[in-house]
Amino acid sequence: MIASLFHYYNYWMFIGLMMIGFYAMMAKRNLIKKIIGMNIFQSAIILFFISTSVKGKGASVPILRDAHETHEAATLNIMQYTNPLPHVLMLTAIVVMVATLGVALAVAILIHRRYGTLDENEISLRR
Amino acid sequence: MPAENAVLIIVIPLISAFLVPLIGRWKRHFSYFCTIGALATVSLISTSTLLKTIKEGNIGYHMGGWAPPFGIELAIDPLNAMMLVLVSVISLLVAVYSYRSVDQELSDRMVYFYTLYLLQVTGFAGILITGDLFNLYVFLEIASLSGYALIAVGENGAPLACFRYIIMGTIGASFYLLGVGYIYMVTGSLNMADVHQLLPALYDSKVIAAALAFILTGLGIKMALFPLHIWLPDAYTKAPSASSALIAPLMTKISLYVMIRVLFYVFDISILENLFPISRMMVWAGFAAICGGAIMAMAQTDFKRMLCYILVAEVGYIVGGLGLANAVAFKGAILHMVNDAMMTAGLFTVAGIIMYKIRHRDLSDFKGLFQTMPLTMCAFVACALSIIGIPPTCGFFSKWYLIQGGILAMQWPFVGALIASSLINVFLFFRIMEMGYSFRPSHKRPMAINTTETGINEAPMSMVIPTLGIAASVILMGLYNQVIVNRIIAFAVPMG
Repeated sequence: MIASLFHYYNYWMFIGLMMIGFYAMMAKRNLIKKIIGMNIFQSAIILFFISTSVKGKGASVPILRDAHETHEAATLNIMQYTNPLPHVLMLTAIVVMVATLGVALAVAILIHRRYGTLDENEISLRR
Repeated sequence: MPAENAVLIIVIPLISAFLVPLIGRWKRHFSYFCTIGALATVSLISTSTLLKTIKEGNIGYHMGGWAPPFGIELAIDPLNAMMLVLVSVISLLVAVYSYRSVDQELSDRMVYFYTLYLLQVTGFAGILITGDLFNLYVFLEIASLSGYALIAVGENGAPLACFRYIIMGTIGASFYLLGVGYIYMVTGSLNMADVHQLLPALYDSKVIAAALAFILTGLGIKMALFPLHIWLPDAYTKAPSASSALIAPLMTKISLYVMIRVLFYVFDISILENLFPISRMMVWAGFAAICGGAIMAMAQTDFKRMLCYILVAEVGYIVGGLGLANAVAFKGAILHMVNDAMMTAGLFTVAGIIMYKIRHRDLSDFKGLFQTMPLTMCAFVACALSIIGIPPTCGFFSKWYLIQGGILAMQWPFVGALIASSLINVFLFFRIMEMGYSFRPSHKRPMAINTTETGINEAPMSMVIPTLGIAASVILMGLYNQVIVNRIIAFAVPMG
């Protein structure tokens, strides 16, 4: 039980981060804090994806060793290389995350211009 | 037509979205014509793609020449070809309709409106056409992000409604992404057809159950399934008329399409019965959505807000119909998805016209409208009858299938909710029609100056004709429903 807890520590950290972000999105009244929570939430998912690509000790970046010297396909030992696909997927997800952050901040600016505050309770009073 | 043309369905609106700001800088209203041109081309291509898939079977296009499962594949079968035609035609009609409304509500930002409009259509088309789970997430976010921007420029209160939508929408999309991550961890593949092959051996895995739960919850937020619908009414009511006419009918339907794609084409029909009682949960979620949406719709005095709650109820019809998991209900659910997109598009365009002419859209503003705006109200009646479900409009036939499916599956509460919500819709819409026929306008109209002697004061033709076009297609889709069901939907049914 304890061993499995430590063995999968990356998943526990991802769950913890995700819940922190989720809490901030739901419970915080300040819109900027909500945006920060949203960012933590998305980063947690990105870290989760990245941690799935790890393959134990000794695995390194997926560049074929010695392939350019021998000019022939060396026998491939998959366990030598980390899985590159999650990294590539997450590059796209980071772009999506940045775009969402941009739109959310722009909308927060709109709200601030209209109501002069970023606190949800205050805004609901001023409507 | 070669298979390569299919990729043009996403490329044309994407490229045009970059061209529109450049052209708009030179002549503002050219951005409008450029949008119309692009969407008309997309409509033609998607129609020819649909005809080709019916005649010759499914089309697969490998992006960049990388064969699946390693490369991204565009996979087109009759189901998503039909949805592509629906999306491109509705977005074309709404684009034609939008000019005067955008000119009034967002005159200084017209160029950017059309840029976002095209990006939104790109997102929709991409979600429909892709055969890759992660690619679908990217297009889902393209559609959502342009949707956020289109909503945020609306009337007073729109930014706050939009902010809540951003928070909810991001949670939904992130849940979907997490579910895809779980699927990737156990199968090592992201191609839908490939995952479909690999999954059945892994159905006992808890990871798969978690993946399905995350994906369905995420999509439930995106499609505004009843307890998760709280963002929808505010966001779609306060959006500009033209944006809500595009987003409200299509975004929910496209999330429903993704749900169908994931449940029946990535996972299997057997998972509905074996894993945990998803099918029964979906029927009850549909039941709750129908009741909640219909009851909340009765309490509204704002026409657009009432439509939003009707939309929530309609999502319940389709989710419940899918949960019934028999062939008749499945046909009904898909037919209703298509019909509902058309009829809610019609009602939201009518709401936009009324907003354009009267600057208000309370139910009391409908007084005397049958006299002053006969053509608009003609379209309104056709769409309203379809929402109620009166033959020969299309809404009747899909509801008929759904009720038959419910009876076959012995889900009496769901059948009862369907019939009760039809009765509530009768109440909702006949109330408006009565006001429109028999009352005189209560307050002075700002645009009553050019009223002719007959009292007719119709909206501009560029708005009325697309609305009438949508109304006509509501009736035509009803008359030709057998063609749609037998030629297209029958091929999509996964159960015997």
